[in-house]
This record gives sequence, structure tokens and C-alpha cells, in this order.
Amino acid sequence: MSMSNENTNRPGAENSDMDNNTPSRHPADQPMGGDPDRHSGMDHTPLDESIGGLGNPDAPAPLGGTGPSSSQQAVDMADLAEVEDAKLRQKTGKSYSQGQLVRRRFRNHKAAMIAMVFLILVFLLAFTSIGFAGIPGWWDKDYTRAGTVINGGNPTLSVVPQWLGGSGITWGEHPFGQDSTGKDYFALVMRGTQQSLIIALVVGMVSTALGALIGAVSGYFRGWVDAILMRMTDLIIVVPLLVLAAVLGQMSSGLGGGILPLALVLGLVTWTSLARLVRGEVLSLREKEFVAAAIAMGAKPGRVILKHLLPNTIGVIVVNATFAIAAAILLETSLSYLGFGVKAPDSSLGLLISQYQNAGSTRPWLFWWPGLMILGIALSINFLGDGLRDAFDPRQGSRRKRRSFLGFAGRDRSLKASASNAGAPAGGATGAGTGQPNNGSTTIAHPGS
Amino acid sequence: MNLFGRKNKADDATTPATSAGSHAAGSQDAASAETTSNPSTGSFGVVKRHPDRGGAPILSFDNVAVTFDTEFGDVEAVKGVTFDIKPGEVVALVGESGSGKSVTSSTAMGLLPGNANITGTVMLGDRNVTALDANGLRKIRGRHAAMVFQEPMTALNPVLTVGDQLTEALNLHGIAYGTEADQRAIELLTMVGIQDAKNRLKQYPHQFSGGQRQRIVIAMAISCSPEVIIADEPTTALDVTVQAEILELLRELKDKLNTGILLITHNMGVVADMADRVCVMLRGEMVESGPVHQVMQNPQHPYTQRLLASVPRLGATLEVAEPEPVTTTQSTVKYAVEAQGLCIEYDHRGKKNRVVHDVDFTVAPGEIMGLVGESGSGKSTIAKAVLGLLPVAAGSLKIQGHDLATMASAEQRSLRKNIGVVFQDPAASLDPRFPIGDVITEPMIIHKVGDRKSRLERAYELLDAVKLPRSVVNRFPHELSGGQRQRISIARALTLDPSVLIADEPTSALDVSVQAAVLDMFAELQSRYEFACLFVSHDLAVVDMLAHKVLVLKDGREVEKGRTDTVLHHPQQDYTKRLLAAAPIPDPDEQYQRRMERKALLESLGEKVY
Repeated sequence: MSMSNENTNRPGAENSDMDNNTPSRHPADQPMGGDPDRHSGMDHTPLDESIGGLGNPDAPAPLGGTGPSSSQQAVDMADLAEVEDAKLRQKTGKSYSQGQLVRRRFRNHKAAMIAMVFLILVFLLAFTSIGFAGIPGWWDKDYTRAGTVINGGNPTLSVVPQWLGGSGITWGEHPFGQDSTGKDYFALVMRGTQQSLIIALVVGMVSTALGALIGAVSGYFRGWVDAILMRMTDLIIVVPLLVLAAVLGQMSSGLGGGILPLALVLGLVTWTSLARLVRGEVLSLREKEFVAAAIAMGAKPGRVILKHLLPNTIGVIVVNATFAIAAAILLETSLSYLGFGVKAPDSSLGLLISQYQNAGSTRPWLFWWPGLMILGIALSINFLGDGLRDAFDPRQGSRRKRRSFLGFAGRDRSLKASASNAGAPAGGATGAGTGQPNNGSTTIAHPGS
Repeated sequence: MNLFGRKNKADDATTPATSAGSHAAGSQDAASAETTSNPSTGSFGVVKRHPDRGGAPILSFDNVAVTFDTEFGDVEAVKGVTFDIKPGEVVALVGESGSGKSVTSSTAMGLLPGNANITGTVMLGDRNVTALDANGLRKIRGRHAAMVFQEPMTALNPVLTVGDQLTEALNLHGIAYGTEADQRAIELLTMVGIQDAKNRLKQYPHQFSGGQRQRIVIAMAISCSPEVIIADEPTTALDVTVQAEILELLRELKDKLNTGILLITHNMGVVADMADRVCVMLRGEMVESGPVHQVMQNPQHPYTQRLLASVPRLGATLEVAEPEPVTTTQSTVKYAVEAQGLCIEYDHRGKKNRVVHDVDFTVAPGEIMGLVGESGSGKSTIAKAVLGLLPVAAGSLKIQGHDLATMASAEQRSLRKNIGVVFQDPAASLDPRFPIGDVITEPMIIHKVGDRKSRLERAYELLDAVKLPRSVVNRFPHELSGGQRQRISIARALTLDPSVLIADEPTSALDVSVQAAVLDMFAELQSRYEFACLFVSHDLAVVDMLAHKVLVLKDGREVEKGRTDTVLHHPQQDYTKRLLAAAPIPDPDEQYQRRMERKALLESLGEKVY
């Protein structure tokens, strides 16, 4: 950790070993001058300047539709405070919260939107096809019922239309083929996908809740609470995750109830990285003045953590949760592959791969279908996380360039469309918002990325 | 020994270049005369004096306009600015946040981000900077134009020694290498007034004080002998006394080297102190420019007039409520805040570090007490202790007769109903995820006062009081400007009608005209609600306007206290005098007078001027 980090993130306590004379060098002690947008030094993001644009009556998006008349301007322009107030009064458009701004940016991220649509389709396919929890689905075959092997178990699915010389787009009797005992492979893969998605959901919730809470409590209270919680975290980190999960998974399978105990156990061992990230974020947030103000008002620690700190770390939490989910799916797959996770006759994607790993040359579909499914799910969750990170951290200039480089010109069009739909105020208001350098969670430092 | 030989060589090498300058001979005499007391400052050889160019400007902006493409369309940051800087001249670019002054200056070094579109020309000497490619820009940066940044701690790399950073530019431009570069670095440090330069070269930035760090940044800027120095708010992050020293240094270097200085600042006092000519910017346009005397003493544009009028000056006062006198016979009336022998410590991993020593003060109900001092004087620490955010190490601190530290947490909470707080940073003092209505009513929610309807009523009432439209209850902090957010902070502090308000530098992050509006409002609210107030500020003029009495702190110890007009107008202590003398005022003639007085004061105290 560099000195400057220490200086900016944790003024007060840790600071004076470098500077004995000025232990109370809280930012409040240093006159910032009257120029808040100079905080970033030379690191001028263009959005900083949009404040200037906002104060400018000739700016491309005048606020509130009816701009000030020219005579008004001449009177107002001499006093910045009055101009600002006049702007505020004229502002009639809808207010956008930070969350709404993030959602808007997320919707404009093409890769993430495609990934989300794909995930929803996979989810619907997996749960409606073979049914779930006793409710029958539209697919008539059961993943446990063996049958006669037709045509060597070859998949009947065909995607090449007849006019291209194929056999036409047909679903067939066994679209994904059959395994050696004649079980329908589509049903098996769908069952495995269900398991993976359940794992994803449960692990996502358990590990995120645990990690966020432990991180926030540890960062807020510091001192011995922090020491105990972080040593506990270290303890879990130093045990190899796969071994820990294997042992706990073995124990949990004795409890019955299918995949849920395993999912819970995986959630209990994968919260550590999020806890550390949230703790770091909270350590810097708790030095912000709005937290001090809340404490000075008499707010209890619970309120400060739940109302002020955690909502402002939501960016870190959401982004990290998506990556944790992808990792959890892979972890379950690895466990099942090794024989510690889901056991036959139940099915899981990892188990299917493990059972048919040698079929690659003779009956490749037995290997490819579950493999593609894992790849698709994990990849799209990662894309989702990437989109969320961009949405929460719009000030990464390189990303914007990269996106236009990839030729997502539709994004600009949609932006223009949404700007004109929402009316000019939206553009102006959000411009001012994202222009603020210290705007809480829109500027998330990702220690891990 | 070897070093000395090297040094002479370096001197020899640069002397011919020096004599090329038209005024070289005279100024070198002056320089050597000035520095006879300190032989190691015979360092004029490292950086050369620049020629006058026969009155031609060294840096000129011709109809420069900058537009940024952003997510929300094009933003015009600068709209056609024209001015120039001659060698040895200081041109001040003045304006408030968002006026485009920093963007304008960045065009001179090609430092704008990729999405900026620049039109017009920026001529640095005979080069057109806007037409240069990355390679060409690298060649001029540091060599022909150099930059002094606002925050010296972040402008210096904390993991490299000062020597490494000073020699970096010399190496990059192929001016000097190895021990020769080190030798030059030593001379540069000596030039900017850092003693024992040879040993300090091996030290890291955190081992220097804030003022010394800024001196090092200036040494880096002059290391390659640039013709122009762009100083972007060079003293904004510094205390007034340090600011005066740094300005003195810049002035002296400019006279010695005949460098042109583009000074970007929002501080009109600094402008009056330094500038030869002034350009006033407003929202990307230059509204007024001219010689400093003309602009500062006879401003033409209404914006400049308002800007100068809103600078707080010593002697100005605002109408505030008179406090109720507290006498010993009145047992019912208690002091709002009462500190006796107050000591506060920070705990650093078990090591105690006492930062406030034995401070006594009382604040009567309805009274405003100013707490002034430079950074590290412990003024914010005291404010935090009064808020109960820091424990009291020794002595006593009572709020309305109650000791916050010894109370049970439930009683503490109920006492906190009576304390309001306003912090400095408008960007950080409101939770970005709370709509304004929730921000203002949060104290009521915490203390379970009123229901939904009455809370909203109160929010409306307070918004009226701080003169903001009622419709902002549904807006979010990021939609408001700094001054408006600070007013929301004040409204939140007053929600429960507290008897004590702690204001920790409430206006120091605001632009002057906004600051004036907020201070006016603050005074008005104080006369209406008659709260007692602990007003922490580094700005003596602001404290003079508002406070009934004042406590001057230095390094955690009280220096002087008493009624404001006594302490700030007839100071007894040298430290207070020095503080008062260092604060620049926005009138070039008066400021010149003050500068001379300050020089005399410091000389009478037996100190160097910088």
C-alpha cells in the first residue's frame, strides 16, 4: 500500500507515523480552496467539465426546456450562486438516483445485455423442459429412465436447413442423443443445468450476504472486531478451497435434500474475497463526512452500516457477486467431476463430464453438451459482471474507447434516443452527477481488478 | 571532492548559455549579491535567464476553444480565449469552478484527454502546441513549459526519493546524467530554499513539510529551465503563511530567470499579490482582462465586480444574534460548550500521540466561537471531540453541562439531538444514495421524532430557510452544486433545532461568490434560531465576519483568545500577527503594502522572508 493511499483513505489514525507533527491531517484540515473539481489534479475527466456546461446557458442541453431569456441571463450571470439556484428551480425533469443511472448505463452495454438474455433463456429452458420439484415440464422423457439406444445414441437435433443440404431444422426424439444406458441426454443435461443454476443462486446469495456483512462490520468497527473477523477470513483462505469444499460437500450429502446442502456449504467457504473487498471499501467510506455526520447525529452502528455504508459499496458487491457465482458453478462442476459433489442417479454437468470424459472420440456429444452448457453459463455471467462494472464505474475512459472500437455504434444511437425521450433535463442532470469526482459509489476502486 | 570538480564543470558548461541572455550579466550580479551569505546558492548556472524576445510573448493563446465529447453530448469547456504572456510576466487566470481556466492552461502542454477537441492556436515561443504530435509534446513538456500542481503530496511520487524525481526530467531531456544531474538537483533544491540539500536529496516526499514539498515541485518545474511555468492553483492546498512563502519564492525565481508564469487561481488575494495582468474567466469565456491594477481596482464587468465584492475581508461583519450572557449567579443557564484543560490523543497502534494540549474555552448559548489555526493545529480535532467522535484524554469537555464521554450510550444519543454538524467537503458530506428529503429528515428518523408527514413539513420549512426550492426533496445530492449541498448540510444540522452547531470549515471548499451567499445565509439562520456555534476555519476574514470570539490554535496549543475585534484587529501574540500578515487581500497596492509590512515583521522576529 502506497503512502498516498494511506493518506487519502485513512486520515487520522494511521497517518502520523509518517508525519508526527500533523496527526490530525484530516482532509477537512486542508483548505481545498474554492474549486472542488480540482481535486483530481491533472486527472481531468471530461465529465468534470460538464459542470461548466451545466452552468452555461448556451450548453447544448438547456435545462428544463425553457432556457432563461437573454435579459435574465445578463442579470444572473454575475453571481454563480444565483445562477445555480435559478437552474435548480427551472429543473422540472425527473430525478435520477444513482441506481437508475447505473441501470441506464447497464442497459446500454451490449455484451452484458446479450449475456443476460442468454441466461434467462437457459434458465427457462432448464426449468420448464423437464420440470422442477414434482411439477412436470413439456419434455416427456425423464433423466433417470433408461431406454433402448437408438442409432448408437446419436443426437437427432439438426440445425442445418434443407435448402443448405442438411436434414432441416428438427428437434427429433433425442436432440442431445442418448447415453450408453439409453437415458435421454437432453433431460440429463437440463437436470445438470438446473443444479448449476441452483448452485449459482444459493451460493451467490449466501456468500454475498456473508461477505458483505463480515466485511462491513470488520471495516466499520476496526480494532479487535476487525482483527478477529479478518483472522477468521485468513483461516478459510489458507485452506485449499477445493479440499475444504470436498470434505464439507461429502458431509452435507449425508443430510439429504439434494443439491441445497452442497450449495449452502459452498456459500460458506466462498465469501472471503468479497469480505476483504467490502472491508477495504468501508474503511475508506467510513472516513467520509456523511458517515461522521450520521454518527454525530446519534445513529446506531447498525443503521450506519445498513443505510449508509453497504448501499454505497453496492457496486463492489454486485460486481464481485457475479464473479463469485461463476466461480461457484465451476467449483461445483469440479467437485462433481472428482466425485465429491452430486452423485448418480442425480445428475450435474460436472458429473456428466466426468462420466463421459473418455467418450470424446467415439461419442463426442456426451462430452460437448454439458461442456458447452458450463461454458455458456460461466461466460455469460462473467460478461454480466463486466457490464455491471462498467455501469458502476463510468469514468473509465479506456473502456468507452474500447467499446466504440468494437463497433457498438448502436449504443450511441440508443443514448441519443433515450436522451431525447427522457427530455433534456435528464442529460443535464446526469451529466452534472457523473461529473462529480467524489460521488460515492459511482467511483469504485476495484482493488482486485 | 569529486563532486566539487563536477560542480565547477557544470557551472562552466552553462555559463556561456547564461551570458547569451540579454539581461544575464545584471541579474547574475543581483543573484550573487543576494546569496553571498550562503555560498552554496551560487547556483544560478543551472538554470539560465531567458531573453526578453523584444517584447514578443512567449506563450500566446489565440481564440482557443475546447469541446469535450461526453456520454451526454458535446460540452463546451472553453469558448474562444485570447491572451498572451511575455517573458518575466505573471498572468493570472481567474475564475470559479467550471470556468475552464484549468482546461485552458492544459492546452499549452497538450495535457487534455483524448476526447477533447481543440480549435485555435497556442503558440509556445515559435511552436504551435496544438499542432504537435505526442513526441513533439513530450519534447516541450518540462523543457519549454513546466507545470506546478495544486497538491504537492500527490504531485510527487511517494516511493521515489526527491533526488530521483528531480533528476528524472534532466535525464529525459538529456541535460545531465549521473552525478552531474545529482549536483544540479542539489543546486535546484538550494535555489528553492531547502537547507542541507545534499542530504535531503536522498529523502522521500513524506519527510518534507507541505510547503517544502511545493518547493520541490517548483524545483522540478524549473529544472530544465523552461520559458513558461504554468502554476495551477499552486498555493490552494497550503496554509496562508506557507502560501506567502511560496508566492515570494515564485516571484523571486521569476525575476531571476525572466520566466513567464501563467498563474491559475481562484484566490483574488493571490492575484493581487503576484499578477501583472489578470484574465477573468466565466463559463469558458473571458469576460475581462487587463493590468492587475485596472482589473482589481476598477473592474468593468459585473462578474468581476461581484467576484471582488464577495471576497471576505477582515473588518467586515455580518449581522448575527447576540449571545445571552452567562454569569455565575445564573444557575439555570449553562454554557453550550465548556472545555477545561482539554487534551486529545490519537491512538496509533498502541502509541499515544497527543495533538491537543490543555485548551480551555467556553461557548455561551447563542454565541459563535471561531476556532482558527493552520493545518495540524488541532482545530478539527477539537470539533470532532465536541461531537463525541474522539475521546477526551484529559481535562473535561461539557456540552450543556453534560460530559459526553462519561454518559451511557442512550443518554449520549439524546444529547446528540442538541448538536448539529456541518462538515467541509460538500461532495462527501451527503450520502450520495439518499434523496435530499431523506438527508434532511434523517436526524428525525434516528431520534424517532414526528411521523412521515410532519417530517416532510419540517424538510420544506428548512428548505425555505436555506432558500432552496421545495421540489429538491426528491432530488439526489449529485444534482446539486457544491454551495447548494452545503446549504442542505446546514439544513440537516438544524433539523432538530439544536442548541449547539459545530461547523468544520463549512465554506472553505466553495467558490468565493458561493461562499459569500452561504455565509450570509448562515448569519441569517443564526439570528433566527440563535444556536451556539463552534466555527472552525482557517480563514481569518470569515471568522472575523461571523464570530463573537475567537481562539487561535497552533500545534494543539492555544495561542490567543478573546473577543474577535480584540484578537484579530489588535493581536498580542506574534503568531496571530504572522497569520494576519500572511493572508493576501485583493488589492494590488494594499497587498504590496502588506507584503512590505510582513517582511518587516518577519525581519523584526529574526526570520527569513521565505
